[in-house]
Amino acid sequence: MQVESFQYDNKTVRNFAIATIIWGVVGMTVGLWVALQLVYPTVLNLQPYFNFGRIRPLHTNAVIFAFVGNAMFMGIYYSLQRLLKARMFSDALSAIHFWGWQLIIVAAAITLPLGFSTAKEYAELEWPIDIAITIVWVIFGFNMFATIIKRRERHLYVAVWFYIATFVTVAVLHLVNSLELPVTLFKSYSWYAGVQDALVQWWYGHNAVAFFLTTPFLGLMYYFMPKAANRPVFSYKLSIIHFWALIFLYIWAGPHHLLYTALPNWAQSLGIVFSFMLIFPSWGGMINGLLTLRGAWDKVREDVILKFMVVAVTAYGMSTFEGPMLSLKSINAVAHFSDWIIAHVHIGGLGWNGMLTFGILYWLIPRIYKTELYSKKLANIHFWLATLGILFYAIPMYWAGFQQVAMWKQFTPSGQLKYQFLETVTYMAPFYAMRALGGTLYLTGAIIGMVNYFKTIGQGTLQANEDAQAPALEKTYTQHTGEHWHRWIERRPTPFLLLSLIVILIGGLVELVPTFLVKSNIPTISSVKPYTALELQGRDIYTREGCYTCHSQMIRPFRSETERYGEYSKAGEFVYDHPFQWGSKRTGPDLAREGSGNLKKSNSWHYNHFEEPNSISTGSVMPSYSFLIDDNLDTASTPLKINAMRTLGVPYAADYASKANQDLMIQAKAISDDLQKDGIKVSPNKEIIALIAYMQRLGTDINK
Amino acid sequence: MYSFIKKYTETMQDQNIYPLFSLLVFVVFFVAVLWYVKALDKNEVEEIKNLPLEH
Repeated sequence: MQVESFQYDNKTVRNFAIATIIWGVVGMTVGLWVALQLVYPTVLNLQPYFNFGRIRPLHTNAVIFAFVGNAMFMGIYYSLQRLLKARMFSDALSAIHFWGWQLIIVAAAITLPLGFSTAKEYAELEWPIDIAITIVWVIFGFNMFATIIKRRERHLYVAVWFYIATFVTVAVLHLVNSLELPVTLFKSYSWYAGVQDALVQWWYGHNAVAFFLTTPFLGLMYYFMPKAANRPVFSYKLSIIHFWALIFLYIWAGPHHLLYTALPNWAQSLGIVFSFMLIFPSWGGMINGLLTLRGAWDKVREDVILKFMVVAVTAYGMSTFEGPMLSLKSINAVAHFSDWIIAHVHIGGLGWNGMLTFGILYWLIPRIYKTELYSKKLANIHFWLATLGILFYAIPMYWAGFQQVAMWKQFTPSGQLKYQFLETVTYMAPFYAMRALGGTLYLTGAIIGMVNYFKTIGQGTLQANEDAQAPALEKTYTQHTGEHWHRWIERRPTPFLLLSLIVILIGGLVELVPTFLVKSNIPTISSVKPYTALELQGRDIYTREGCYTCHSQMIRPFRSETERYGEYSKAGEFVYDHPFQWGSKRTGPDLAREGSGNLKKSNSWHYNHFEEPNSISTGSVMPSYSFLIDDNLDTASTPLKINAMRTLGVPYAADYASKANQDLMIQAKAISDDLQKDGIKVSPNKEIIALIAYMQRLGTDINK
Repeated sequence: MYSFIKKYTETMQDQNIYPLFSLLVFVVFFVAVLWYVKALDKNEVEEIKNLPLEH
């Protein structure tokens, strides 16, 4: 058979590697910043652009899509070419993919602090950027697929399966969750509302964890761990079971983010069952990774790359044990909304994604630069700082979570809640400080790593095009006698892609379709009416400022919650909420009934609280929103917003768009007059008035 | 056709079928994967397993 000479493209790999290093340090620095904002809220919240609510999404987007995203592409571009014995299909497409992705990241870094946000967690980027993501993602997928088609290796190694599943599933998730109606260039409303929006969002959200942070990294684990240990994976058959079971099960798991909420019970049950079953393939994969080192454990003591990888795979095992446990209703009831979840996700992020990325970088950079690592000692220091950083991060957060929940749920012997919410906030201060210390250690390690990587790059020369040889693939394949049907699918990437697509669609469709079609899933409440024009504008300020990053709007049916926040939330209350704002974390109290019952406050309370939260609630970690007092409300957008809502099915009268601003001014004037009675002079056309109107509306409908 | 499905699903009462259906689909799928893995040729698995170490 004719042996062909060709070259691997290392330039794209190098570009993604450098982007990984830089965006990693940037994303972690922003993370440390938001962590410190909870320790020094008055000093480090720089309103409006750098308030917690705006830059916490910047942190999550940066580490997920910039750091982990670039790391994923770096590893895929390196391993895919070698596993297929072929250069990437098109250098131009590789370059467009690289630069397109970096532009998206820059666009995110600019728009999120500016307050352009869809207010859907991990999908905050506005519609023009969503379109750009789709285009770049398709370019990546096309380039990958075209490479697979022109490959010189008949078999597709399991890592390539993981890459294919990643491509196809992320495409589906992104398209479905990003369905939104543009209102202006940087403002859109989610196509879905309330419960449906929540289900789609967490179907997306959990599978972003699954198919952006996990499956591509499992592919990388199956390639780079054998490389680093210089021995094949422990069990290839186990890796196949790992793959199919994982992609089948993961897609159902989303509703475990919505237990005890207004989501229909059957959907919650489905989420629990499949989340729990996930432990089996996940642990199968972890064991497969760790056992790859069988007979080589002595190497782990010496080899810093293997050290990083062992901690990464161990962290994968820990978070995939914890995930199914957290999906059980009794544990979820305690852990949800607390800092426990923050600890959980950072075991995954810092441990699994971070450590595997650093390990791969230490392995890969010297190879493509044909040199030795600049300093093994520095790499070891990086390893220990990162490992200690994870511990110093996670332990205080676990502790904080347990403590927080214990305080939220504690009653006095006479049956009253023992703690005010604010007491639970001030109690967290030392834990938040310790967490920031953990983050500092991890970031210091990453900076030392960055120096080491760049020094290594400096002393070597990039082999931009690496020579390779492999026999050409036979054009016609002669079947072996007695060959099984599975060989057919394994050799054909397109049917393989379709099969993966069908596997992930089954779970998605069974969960989503009935929630949209079965009317009894969301019982309507006749007293629930659309927001007034002013309240709608106020709600848009709420979403712009990222209030959902600290406040939930979902009262679960527990006595500890109904005593504190009032009647539990019903599905029918959210039918006009585009997007839903249930939140996932209670750094501050729930706001679902902020405008009703015992929670109702005066307009002047809200005014003073937004201006300086600490003056009303001593020890509060909420940033000041005094700029809302100065900024004028953009009333020109009101008719556009009303029309958009009408398109989405919100029952405003046909001519309401033209009268909306009139209505808005009447309500705003009433609030402004009321504030004046308390000695507060503020013009009715200020943003703060709209936000107060929204606060006063929250949760009131069911009492009408 | 769509209106028929819509009418049926909108008024559907017994949704317990969903978890059962899902479990059944998974069990069938999982057994199929196990069968697939069992049927794999040993030598071929060995060959694929060593692919990362080739280049």
